[in-house]
Amino acid sequence: MSKHLSGSQIVCEALIKEGVDVVFGIPGGAILPLYGVLSQYPDLRHILSRHEQGAAHSADGYARSTGRVGVAFATSGPGATNLVTGLATAMMDSVPMVAITGQVGRAAIGTDAFQEADITGASMPLTKHNYLVMRADDLGATLHEAFHIARTGRPGPVLIDIPKDVFTEMGNYDPDASLNLPGYKIPGKAKEHEVNAAAKLINESERPVILAGHGVILSQAFDELKQFAEKAQIPVVTTLLGISSFPEDHVLSTGFPGMHGMAYASLAVDQADLIINFGSRFDDRIVGDAKRFSRKSKKIHVDIDPAEINKTIQVDAQVVGNIKDVFGQLLPKVKQNTHVEWLQHIEHLKAEHPSLRIPESDRLMGQHVVKALSDVTKGEAIITTGVGQHQMWAAQHYQFKNANSWLSSGGAGTMGYEVPSAIGAQVGNPDKLIWSICGDGGFQMTMMELATAVENNLPVKYAILNNNHLGMITQWQDFFYGGDFQAETYTANPDFVKLAEAYGMKGIRVTKQDELETAIAEANAYDGPVIVDFVIEKVDDLYPMIPAGQSIEELIEEPNQ
Amino acid sequence: MTSTNRTQQRTISALVQDKPGVLARISGLFRRRGFNIASLAVGRSETSGLSRMTFVVEGPEEVVKHVAAQLDRLIDVVEVRDITESNIVWRELALIKVKAPAKTRGEVLELTNVYRANVIDIGVQSLTLEISGGRQKIDSLIELLRKFGLLEVIRTGRVATLRGTLIEGENDGLFQSDASSPTYILPVTSGESGSV
Ligand SMILES: Cc1ncc(C[n+]2csc(CCOP(=O)(O)OP(=O)(O)O)c2C)c(N)n1
Ligand SMILES: [Mg+2]
Repeated sequence: MSKHLSGSQIVCEALIKEGVDVVFGIPGGAILPLYGVLSQYPDLRHILSRHEQGAAHSADGYARSTGRVGVAFATSGPGATNLVTGLATAMMDSVPMVAITGQVGRAAIGTDAFQEADITGASMPLTKHNYLVMRADDLGATLHEAFHIARTGRPGPVLIDIPKDVFTEMGNYDPDASLNLPGYKIPGKAKEHEVNAAAKLINESERPVILAGHGVILSQAFDELKQFAEKAQIPVVTTLLGISSFPEDHVLSTGFPGMHGMAYASLAVDQADLIINFGSRFDDRIVGDAKRFSRKSKKIHVDIDPAEINKTIQVDAQVVGNIKDVFGQLLPKVKQNTHVEWLQHIEHLKAEHPSLRIPESDRLMGQHVVKALSDVTKGEAIITTGVGQHQMWAAQHYQFKNANSWLSSGGAGTMGYEVPSAIGAQVGNPDKLIWSICGDGGFQMTMMELATAVENNLPVKYAILNNNHLGMITQWQDFFYGGDFQAETYTANPDFVKLAEAYGMKGIRVTKQDELETAIAEANAYDGPVIVDFVIEKVDDLYPMIPAGQSIEELIEEPNQ
Repeated sequence: MTSTNRTQQRTISALVQDKPGVLARISGLFRRRGFNIASLAVGRSETSGLSRMTFVVEGPEEVVKHVAAQLDRLIDVVEVRDITESNIVWRELALIKVKAPAKTRGEVLELTNVYRANVIDIGVQSLTLEISGGRQKIDSLIELLRKFGLLEVIRTGRVATLRGTLIEGENDGLFQSDASSPTYILPVTSGESGSV
């Protein structure tokens, strides 16, 4: 039945119909009419962020950690443009999000009116789809379309731009209207002949490797992946975003390959005769030099997005479909196997190339911090990170036990993701322990969101791996720019313990290895947000490393080899 | 990218939603991947609410092969076909304003007839001709008219459709093989108005 409502009311009713219970945002003139009706909809919890980028990353952290669509609100002009980094981050990692922005009134659009920005134009390549809605009558259908697009197929962010006077216009809303998306194709059941061809390659292969990507997590195919790997006894490497799609204490778990992945994982990929890629886009951080990537193997690519097939790596077999469903089709066709020799060889690779050895040192190092976090939390926390050395140490040394417990900006590499994404994850998982592993650089890009955590009693634990440097930059300048260090040192980092106190949080400082466990346990026990300032002093290099665009032959396993 | 740096042209036919911003989405995608749009024709299709676009895009072979899949991902693109290797018929249209004083008018009209062009406007000192067909046919008429003095040449992009009957061995999709033989001329579908 159709209802006659204001545009703002239509937005709220449609959000509730989509199951939204929380929105992250900041008001402003153009979107004030929407805020003006929020009190009529107490089921919509609004969390006031401190910066729109924070709102977007919080919505993203909420979405990744719950599998639901994250929602952000922002006003026109600068409010909307502040969202853009968050949209790009979500787009690169296929995260379901809906952003709603206010726009100047219809008559003012295109006149350079106060706080006007062409956000649909600006966000076009950074969203899965976007809309400028010019009539209140169209709002309901547009919102439902947007959620459908955001969460189905290969998920992604959708932006809806709404002029101020469309919020106030009266319009009709039919909550049960059917969607009209003739151009939107979601692959259905995978083609039988594609599945058969893949199964044949798998059954014939002697040295297969599963490459599990973010698609496994997005389609929640954790059990299916495990069953599949166990039935055919195939080692599993994950991509960076595929971390936590497969339990890392499992015997078949073989780490992650690529630029900073484990050497044994990169070697397994290189020596395999078959790569079975489930939901990864053969990202360049894994592939390196495409011409020299896993030359001895045939490749199977299973993906819901047909445009990813043969985009960078030519494959021998493709299966287009939802990963979880494809596992269902594939499992009965794949023969039980043992791959004894190959698995023994993988064990041998792991022993010969331990990759994660922490150098002997009395100093406190980033690796020690992550190792201790992993031990004290038993690998059961949800981890979010920034971008840099700390991110890679987190990926390497935290042993993830739980499905979907790793949130990191893999595709965009967005520093600053660490602070707000943890807030979103905590909002979506109030009873879980969230540790944000932060760089001192990235932390300072979004640390204004600490106030959001405090205000909403969100007990997020922030671990700053404080090296007073843009550590990753320092390493690159050392390796690739002849040690000509520029703009890589921070000489005026704030006192992060005092900063915690200034925000009304608990602050702890750790400077020695033997303080690690007590401090982490203390943070865990504290009923509120905490910053632990892990002073790691010196910049250590991050290994293993395969330099950008190179391949296994250029792998640097450990220093001074 | 793997292998070659060779540039290739491909002909793509797309049915898209007829609403603002669609062309921007498509051209944005081409720009991002470094494709050049060699020609583009847009017009309403046989179905209301949907437009037909015919593009000829050029770019590195390995990348440009992928263009249809990328386009299909856009929500506003309802259907897309890379018809480069299909059995298609295609046409371009040109309007040519050429100097034609009494002294040379007869010669110009003779060429007009040979090329089955039409005279659509007559001036005291000039004629405006309309010609449709394959690119080479249009190119050669323009070349022949050059010596009379070309005043203006306006050309559309290519419009293309799959043939109604299958004639083995015919492949108009690549510019390299675009010699159009009059035997196979089918009427351009009404939806493809050829506007640029
Ligand atoms: C928004 C943004 N700006 C710049 C970069 C480039 N960048 C990559 S890693 C890095 C250093 C990160 O420093 P920090 O957060 O302290 O982490 P560390 O490497 O020291 O662990 C920089 C500047 C980026 N990834 N994101
Ligand atoms: Mg740092």
